[in-house]
Amino acid sequence: MRSFNYHKPDTLDAALALLSGNDEALPIAGGMTLLPTMKQRLAAPEDLVDLSGLPGLADVAMEGDILVIGAMTRHADVAASPLVKEKLPALANLASRIGDQQVRHRGTIGGSISNNDPAADYPAAVLALNAEIVTSKRTIAADDFFVAMFETALEPGELVTAIRFPLPEVAAYMKFANPASRYALAGVFVAKTTSAVRVAVTGAGPSVFRASDIEAALAESFDATALERISIDASELMSDIHADNEYRANLVMVMARRAVALAQQSG
Amino acid sequence: MQISFSLNDEPVTVDVDPSTLLSDLIREQLSLTGTHVGCDTSQCGACVVHVNGDSVKSCTMLAVSADGGEVRTVEGLSKSDADLHPMQIAFRENHGLQCGFCTPGMLMSAIDLVKNNPDPNEAEIREWLEGNICRCTGYQNIVKSIIAGAAAMRAAS
Ligand SMILES: Cc1cc2nc3c(=O)[nH]c(=O)nc-3n(C[C@H](O)[C@H](O)[C@H](O)COP(=O)(O)OP(=O)(O)OC[C@H]3O[C@@H](n4cnc5c(N)ncnc54)[C@H](O)[C@@H]3O)c2cc1C
Ligand code: FES
Ligand code: FES
Repeated sequence: MRSFNYHKPDTLDAALALLSGNDEALPIAGGMTLLPTMKQRLAAPEDLVDLSGLPGLADVAMEGDILVIGAMTRHADVAASPLVKEKLPALANLASRIGDQQVRHRGTIGGSISNNDPAADYPAAVLALNAEIVTSKRTIAADDFFVAMFETALEPGELVTAIRFPLPEVAAYMKFANPASRYALAGVFVAKTTSAVRVAVTGAGPSVFRASDIEAALAESFDATALERISIDASELMSDIHADNEYRANLVMVMARRAVALAQQSG
Repeated sequence: MQISFSLNDEPVTVDVDPSTLLSDLIREQLSLTGTHVGCDTSQCGACVVHVNGDSVKSCTMLAVSADGGEVRTVEGLSKSDADLHPMQIAFRENHGLQCGFCTPGMLMSAIDLVKNNPDPNEAEIREWLEGNICRCTGYQNIVKSIIAGAAAMRAAS
């Protein structure tokens, strides 16, 4: 790893000042993605701005009907939070299955969504739950946040501070995990509110996406049987050493049916 | 950069380059070679230590991130060979290791598991060991060791 200047600011303003106008600076949260990338020299920042000293970024709280999770909240803390377990158990369950316990002790929700790995779990929850991403300068709707593989709507120097989750009637996440890395080969998050059903797919495409055919079928009848005649177009899905696109397309439907069944049980 | 933290209950102050990994600081600079580096790519868990009480992979954490914190390595589990931690005794008695390369990480993960879940069942142990790879034992005896070690830790507390 190339060396860098290390900064650990204790206010958000100081962090933003360090990042602003400096193309060679990067924020670091849990480092579970960034440090491996730096070891491979795929990233070589000159300045690293550690967000772990910023106050108030790791809080979990209800604001009215919205569950607000601070960007620096670790996966293990989301998984163990009594509030998340009560209000949005599908999200606690998702967090409990990211990587392994040691990854969950360092990795954060803000880091995960900012990175937008095509196989990451949180982006599926954020998109299906129609969450809002609060940043240092604005609030971004989930539909506008995830742009492409490893690409988000964040501008250079812009920091995610919190994610705001409206509570669904029922929701569930199912993933078929890569047996080695635990990343999703295909993961489907299903969320039903009083007005809509939203379904987000991760692991299968170049970036998380909403599956409109599945959403339409479930809006008519929120039952796994409603998906029996639906299939998903494999041509835009990924093929790699772990699975080809046809296999992923099939897995998406299997995970979608299982997620709906699980959501019905928990609802 | 100068950093200070508690290492196995002793205060240490060291000078490190910001890019130093916690695993390298522990092994190379502080000469505690019980913490192993098996992969350096966050997969194998041989490098697991406790930071502020939680098990983490020390190969994927900057040493500077430990500044002001508490670090415990496998050396910090017992004062002498005659006074092993109950989990270490359980691994020895249940043949929970062969070559021993993965063992420091296994012990540190297992003890963190028991802290969170004093009476884990087999499925919970296997789930928790997701990030610890062993190339020798086939895991059976590691699971057996952890069940016995958890019982001994409960009895001791
Ligand atoms: C062995 C292993 C297994 C894993 N398995 C899974 C898995 O099954 N599912 C899964 O989803 N993930 C998995 N991960 C990834 C893990 O969840 C990471 O923790 C996560 O992707 C990144 O979070 P972080 O806090 O570690 O971010 P970092 O690595 O610190 O940062 C990631 C990127 O986001 C930027 N960033 C960080 N925080 C912010 C912020 N607040 N605002 C703006 N930009 C920010 C950084 O500059 C960097 O570019 C795994 C990782 C490992 C090492
Ligand atoms: S050496 Fe750290 S996980 Fe393998
Ligand atoms: S005992 Fe050899 S790797 Fe586990």
